[in-house]
Parts: sequence; structure tokens; C-alpha cells
Amino acid sequence: MSTYREMEESITMAPVERLESDDQEQELLTLNMGPHHPATHGVLRLLVTLDGEVVRDLKPIIGYVHTGIEKTAEDKSYWKAIPVVERMDYLAYYFNAYAFCGATETLLGVDVPPRAQYLRVIHMELNRIMSHLVWLGTSALDLGAMSMFWYCFRERETILDLFEQSSGQRMHTRYFQVGGVIEDIPHGFEEKLRQFTALMPKRVGQYRDLLHRNEIVLQRLRGVCPLSEEKLLELGITGPLLRAAGNPWDLRKAMPYCSYGDFDFKIPVGTQGDNYDRYAVRMAEMEQSVRIIDQAMDGLPEGPFITTDRKVALPPRHELATSMEALIHHFKLVTEGFRVPPGEVYFPIESPRGELGCFVRSDGSSKPARVHMRDPSFVNLQATAPMTEGSYIADLIATLAMLDPVLGGIDR
Amino acid sequence: MEVIRQKVGPSSADESSEDFRVRQLRARDMLRGDLEGQALEQYVEERVLTTTLDKAVSWARSNALFPATFGLACCAIEMMSIVAARVDVARFGFEAFRASPRQADLLILSGRVSIKMAPIVRRIYDQMLEPKWAIAMGACSSSMGVFNNYAIVPADKFMPVDVHVPGCPPRPEALMHGILKLRKMIQEDPDIGWRDGYHARGTEEIAEGAGEADNPTAVNVFLPGDTAGA
Repeated sequence: MSTYREMEESITMAPVERLESDDQEQELLTLNMGPHHPATHGVLRLLVTLDGEVVRDLKPIIGYVHTGIEKTAEDKSYWKAIPVVERMDYLAYYFNAYAFCGATETLLGVDVPPRAQYLRVIHMELNRIMSHLVWLGTSALDLGAMSMFWYCFRERETILDLFEQSSGQRMHTRYFQVGGVIEDIPHGFEEKLRQFTALMPKRVGQYRDLLHRNEIVLQRLRGVCPLSEEKLLELGITGPLLRAAGNPWDLRKAMPYCSYGDFDFKIPVGTQGDNYDRYAVRMAEMEQSVRIIDQAMDGLPEGPFITTDRKVALPPRHELATSMEALIHHFKLVTEGFRVPPGEVYFPIESPRGELGCFVRSDGSSKPARVHMRDPSFVNLQATAPMTEGSYIADLIATLAMLDPVLGGIDR
Repeated sequence: MEVIRQKVGPSSADESSEDFRVRQLRARDMLRGDLEGQALEQYVEERVLTTTLDKAVSWARSNALFPATFGLACCAIEMMSIVAARVDVARFGFEAFRASPRQADLLILSGRVSIKMAPIVRRIYDQMLEPKWAIAMGACSSSMGVFNNYAIVPADKFMPVDVHVPGCPPRPEALMHGILKLRKMIQEDPDIGWRDGYHARGTEEIAEGAGEADNPTAVNVFLPGDTAGA
């Protein structure tokens, strides 16, 4: 028997109890959705048990983009693991990099200069907007609103231009380093950023005008597949899904990191915890992110953009020609990498999808002994079944869109 | 300022001497069958473009590729943005993404293919009707990229790939360049399909007994040798 066949046969469906009142003539239907399905936002596979059009049971099957990232990170020195870790949740690469860098910095006890912290905040909030834009465009596509996709991707390109300007890459930028950021922002970055922050709130308003009074969108979202705050907390759901149910849990406020305490922003929360609230919370988050970016740009402190600790950060290029010490540091960092004192740390941050935590255990060598990510998509995916039980299969698509899972983060 | 007025159209001296009206009349004569001998020869030489059916077919095929809506990982986001306004692949006619492999003739492997996913990718590729093409987008599906580990398998190991687009992820422009390269390949070398390139003649997916004259329940794939241009 092939491994594939074995894998397929090992899947068990949860037994579904038929209600007494049900018409016993009808049969339950097991429907396989995915892994190649345009509405699953990646390669998620769902085994859905249907009673007519009503979802009775749902079983997500994951692992189709398992990449072995955590294992690969163990085989690389700390600074070389950053690009690998970035590729987990591929819509939140700055967050992945920051969770890992933050964990390493905590183990090392390195102080990150304030300018680097502010630059990180600017890029992470841009990333949050970008992630929400991709979510909005593709979710609206699932709901039948085609043109939203083009509008959202237009703004996304503007953000990616900014990323490209500061780091040279559109996605997976590797901008964050252990101890700071790789380079200061170039000339012209601020101007383009200001243009963007001036425009973005208007754009969010335009998206709202298109969607929030649209009868079809409202019928697909309002009152559909709600889940109570208690149930969400039981499942460990975080991020916009939890905030939509009225719980203002946001790590940026609850446990401020990376100088988030300096900024004035609000946490949008919903009331019902239905799909509409999930949509509304993310829309409002985009506006709040713009506010944070503006404040961070206004108050951007002068100073170094990466720590001056030569044991951790590469020396400036020009020093290599004149200083023997810089050359030695450079050589040590590039060949072996820095050694991290033994210990373990869990570093949680607020990614666009919820609590993204990075656990790093060090054994004193230059490579991490264990890297584990608590990815919000993975935990949030658990909520699919309780949310959609008893709803129509069409609502399952809408709920999955509002759940916003990223399979790269789930499977890693 | 001096304004020069001249006729629009072919500007060489002998061409312009022939009035449009004269050419129109000659075309009418030709259609009526009034043109004969030398005049007819000359007319045909000038006016008729000959080509082979193969070339015409591959021209048509190459300009109307339907990619499958098939996103795997990071590259899928960049694949989506080739449809978006900035790069706008619709300029070249490749914007019609099809969710069913039966309707698609181009598979863009956008992202990393894990060992668990590989049989499914292969199955989707097999479900596509011939002629079909595949693009391996990004480093992972071409060479495993930064993840050189146990979980990832490069696309060349389990299916034929026509174009590899490098990058991690490739810019949308790079993917479009890859698609245009593929278009050029289809137009110039229609005979070199993946079956020839991979010496895969005779591996067509055919149900047992299909192709025998007394068995009319042949499946919906071409028989060996019938796959012209595949």
C-alpha cells in the first residue's frame, strides 16, 4: 500500500449523530473540499459532512504545504534562520521575522536602538495593512465582489513599493536583523510613505462605501456563523476573530513591545462576533495602523538603526578597510554567527491574524536548539467547525474567508 | 511653422502611385474571376499570406492560455498580482484563470510543493486536457529553494515543466516574462511538447483495453500518436 493511500485511509470522520426529528430517508453526504479549491485560500482540505445543504461536521486536513521550516531553522545559525522563518506566514513576513529576532534578542539581552524600533513599527504596520488588503480582496472575491480585488491590490502594490525601497525586495524582505534593521530608510521613503498614509484612510472609506451597505455582502455576513467570546477563548483564538466578539485583547496594548506604548491608537472591537464584525474589525484596524505609522514617522528618533554591539551586528562596510577588529567581527559573524547564551524564551507579538509567538531554545551554540512558532492561523483554524456547524455550505465559504487562514503559517 | 500634408499609408513611391481605388477595383476583379495570367499571379503573390495549419493553431493556442487557479504558497500572492491592475496580464490574454483543471491548459506551480502535495499536483496536471503546459514559479518548485530539506520536492521530479521562473518569490513581471517565454516556445516549436522532451511517448493515460477497435468505450484522452502538437 502506498504511503499516500495509507495517509488517506487514516483519516477518520467524526460520527455525526442524526437528530430524532430528522427525516431518516435522507443520507448524509461527505464532501471533500480541497486541497485544490479556489475558496480555501491555499491548500486547505476540508472534509465536510452535509445534511442537504447544512454543514453537520467539518474536519480540516492540513499539512499540504508542510515545509519543515522549524527543523530547517535548527540547522542554521541565528541570523541565517531569519529568511527561513519569514516564509511561514507569507502575508506577515515582517511579523515572523520580528517574533524570531525578538526572541533571539531577549536571549542575548541586546538593546534595540529606538530608531530601529520605530522603523520596525512602521514596517510591521504597513505589513498589517498589506495583509488585510489581500484578505479583503480575496474574501470579497469569494463573496462575488470582483472589483474589490483590483482596488485592494492597487494599494498593496503601493505598500510593496515602499518595502522594495527600504529593503530591495517586495516579499520576504529580511529587513529585520537581530539587534535592529539591516539599513536605514532611504531618501524619498518618507515622502512616499506620507503620500500613502494620507491616501489610505480615504481608500478604506471607499472600500466601506462599496461593501458595507451592499445587500449581498450584508446577507452573506451579518449574523452569519457567530461564536461567543467564551467559546473563542476556550479554543485559544486570538486576533481579529476574538476582538470581533468584543474582547479587546491585543498584545500591542496588553503587553507593549517594540515601543508600541509610545503610540496612541485604538483597538477596534465588535459586538456580535459574527462574520460582519470580523470584517468590520479588520477594516477599522487598517485605519488604526495608518495612525500608528504616521505617529512613528513623526517621532522617528535619530540614532543608529542597528545595535552597536559588534558581537551581534555586522560592522559598517567602510570599517572593514581600516579596522582589523571590524574585520575579525565580520569574519566571525559571517562564518559562525553569534553564540547565544543557553536558555529558552517565548516571544509573542500581535500579527494580523492574532498572537504570533516564537519559542526559541538555545544550548549555547550559534544555532538554535529548537525553534517553534505558535502561529495564529493554526489555532484559529480550530474555530471553523464550531462556527459553521448548522449553517449552510455557502456560509462556510464566507466564514472561511473571514477567518483568514494562511496555510503557510498553519503547516510551516 | 510649416505644415506638410501627406497621405497616410504605404509611403514608398511606387506603392503610393497606386491609388487605393485602383487596388480596390483589382481585388473586385480577382473575386469575380476577371483577373488572369500574369496579373493574377502577381496579385496572389502580393496579397495572400500562406501558413500551415499547425502554425495557425499554435499561434491561437499560445495567445489564449488559461492558467489553472492553483495557489500553493507565497508565490500564489504574486501570481494573483499579475492579474491585478499594475502588471495586468490581460494585455496578453492570459487573465482567464480557471478553477477546474479540465478547463485550464497552463499549470503555474506557485510555491513550494511538499511531498504530501506532490501526488495531488500530479493528479491535477494529469486531469488537464492536452495540449498543456506547466510553469514552475519560484525557487521552491524549481530547485527546493532555501528549504533544502525533507519536506519539499522540486516539480521536475514528478511532472514535466516547460518554464522555470526564478525568484523567491519572483516579481509579477518575472512571471509574466515566463509566460511570454512560454508563448514564444509554443509559437516557434509546437512539436517539442513535454512528451518529446521527456521521451514520454506511450505513457498516455489510457484505460485498459482502450484503443482496441471493438471497444467503443474509449476514454477521453488521445490515443498514442494522435497528440499532434502536444
